[in-house]
Amino acid sequence: MSSLPPYASPLEIVWHYAFRVFCGAVLVFLIMPILVMIPLSFNAEPYFTYNSDMVALKPEAYSTRWYVDIFKNGMADPHQDFGFSFIADSWNNAQWIHSMKNSFIIGIFATIISTFLGTLAALGLTRAHMPYRKLITAILISPMIVPIIISAAGMFFFYSDIGLSQTFPGIILAHAALGTPFVVITVTATLSGFDNNLVRASASLGATPQRTFFKVIVPLIAPGVISGGLFAFITSFDEVVAVIFLTEFEQRTIPRQMWSGLREQISPTILAVATILVAISVLLLITLEVLRRRSERLRGMSPG
Amino acid sequence: MSDAVAGKDGDFSIADGQNLKQRLRKATSRARWQAVFMVAPLGVFVLLTFILPIAQMLFRSVDDPVVSDALPQTVVALESWTDRSELPEEAVYAALAADLKFLRAGGADGEGKSLIGRLATRLNFDTSGVRSTITKTARKVKKIEAPFKEAFIKADKKWGQPDIWASIDRLGGAVNSTQFLAALDLRQDVNGDIVSQPEVRQIYVTLWLRTLWISLLVTVICVALAYPVSYLLATLPLRISNLLIICVLLPFWTSLLVRTTSWIVVLGQNGVLLEALHLIGLVGEGADRPQLIYNMTGTIVAMTHILLPFMVLPLYSVMKGISPSYMRAARSLGANPTLAFVRVYLPQTVPGLGAGCILVFILAIGYYITPALVGGQDGQLISNFIAYHMQRSLNWGLAAALGTMLLAGVMALYWLYDKIVGINNMKLG
Repeated sequence: MSSLPPYASPLEIVWHYAFRVFCGAVLVFLIMPILVMIPLSFNAEPYFTYNSDMVALKPEAYSTRWYVDIFKNGMADPHQDFGFSFIADSWNNAQWIHSMKNSFIIGIFATIISTFLGTLAALGLTRAHMPYRKLITAILISPMIVPIIISAAGMFFFYSDIGLSQTFPGIILAHAALGTPFVVITVTATLSGFDNNLVRASASLGATPQRTFFKVIVPLIAPGVISGGLFAFITSFDEVVAVIFLTEFEQRTIPRQMWSGLREQISPTILAVATILVAISVLLLITLEVLRRRSERLRGMSPG
Repeated sequence: MSDAVAGKDGDFSIADGQNLKQRLRKATSRARWQAVFMVAPLGVFVLLTFILPIAQMLFRSVDDPVVSDALPQTVVALESWTDRSELPEEAVYAALAADLKFLRAGGADGEGKSLIGRLATRLNFDTSGVRSTITKTARKVKKIEAPFKEAFIKADKKWGQPDIWASIDRLGGAVNSTQFLAALDLRQDVNGDIVSQPEVRQIYVTLWLRTLWISLLVTVICVALAYPVSYLLATLPLRISNLLIICVLLPFWTSLLVRTTSWIVVLGQNGVLLEALHLIGLVGEGADRPQLIYNMTGTIVAMTHILLPFMVLPLYSVMKGISPSYMRAARSLGANPTLAFVRVYLPQTVPGLGAGCILVFILAIGYYITPALVGGQDGQLISNFIAYHMQRSLNWGLAAALGTMLLAGVMALYWLYDKIVGINNMKLG
């Protein structure tokens, strides 16, 4: 496919290029909406479309006002000069800052819980003597499969009954449950390529099981654990349905704030926030790629 | 094994005299318990925070104690009501009067008045228009004296029709299947036969069909788009394909709400796409423009975009492992490109295709956020109605029944996925 042989018939040449154009169109379909949105977040006007000045790349058509609005919206006194009290006001009162803090608090605690429990479970599941392995794996992965609306509805009743709804612990537990499958899958995948002879070698060289665990197993599975943790974090960071059902304003997260923005008054500030989230995704993607290469190098595979 | 000596029954034992088989069994059992103890914390966690809540919620679809709690004597008295063309006899009316009087006086726990409200709401979900019948009668019940039958019919003429009595009888069982019937646009009539809902109340069959149709359509579109792209990515040199796959991975990692937002920007009435088409003269202004969002089109486009990576990634990983020499061999043996593709290449990609299709279908059938934001009226799916009954109409039993049916479908597909692909082979990113 990569190159056309010299003896190709006209039909084959047409097919070859038509195929590439089609594939190019699909890739554009995938990436275009995200790219289109980014310049619009710098629009000086409060509209969701390109005007002629923007197309002509006139500098006055672009501004960072929507990014400034992220910090200002909801402040007690948004017109004050920049200084310590501005930062304090923004930190305490701005709506987007409030939801950003919540997103990180909930995401980090949920990630810690799901990474710890998920890694431990993956270590157990890959043991040779684990009974009912398939059934238990299926149950542990189910939070990823069950439609989110059903999970959220179930948690709504249960967490209300035990007094955890509209609290931080409630939503953290919910997100931890939703994130564990990703940790289990990633760490299990890392462990399935694990060479058990390394453990035997370590033991035969006189290391205690604890020393083997921390000096041999942990460094080798660390990339898998970290990428599982990132998956869990992004799951929580991106989750909105459970947040809708289980929280009130006090625990509002970024996706929840975007959700109300999209349903009530849509403002270009949402585009600015979305652009920042895309930047976070890019960083995450790079981190995961670095981790994957590191994991393959550690295990003596060729990078690919 | 120089220390081992053969025992009299053929078992081996080592120098200290212990039986080798026993020691092995002990070691295996210890290893098994170790594994179980490592999995147990997560197992208990998932059970408590996830499975138990869902099970409890699903139970609400059949657990329906309001009527039997509120009208215990009436429900018992109604058991004698066999001829459904006639009204129940006087004793039933007397029992109802006693029940309502007891509730008005506070009921068993002082919550009687709020129970009347819930009873009215519950019966109203079943037979619309009876809410006021219950509340009105309950207000007047102190004045109702024997003969009860005439007094009730005088208080509200609905007591003179069998419908409301059939409704009380039907819901009198603390566990009943009314909500499942309602989730399929069915109801029991006065005689207890299962019949269709009146036409104006038939929405769920359409909704189920629409959900299935959109999920199927999105899956098919995803296959049509993902198959060529995965093939291209798998056959291009690694240097180029690593670059191009970013176009797949970046959307995969981008927040769902961000991607939905970007489709609102692209497809909106004054959005990027229509403005661009307007510039080159393909569409007009204002009302001449086609509606691309806040309808089924918007739902399908946005869902395809969001689910496409889930199809590309498994296909790509399968196609990457297929050696190009198979196709070359087929061609050199005389197959034309089409035959070589259908008979040699396609069968080898079936595992990836199966994995992708089931994954996309499972995700599509339970989709909530995107239809809610860009679906408008005719782009709503079953999940959106579950949310509606949870948050707006507060008909939790119906939400639970719809959820149970959806979950059953998803679980069947999950089982199929396990059979075809194996859960252990699930990969991410």
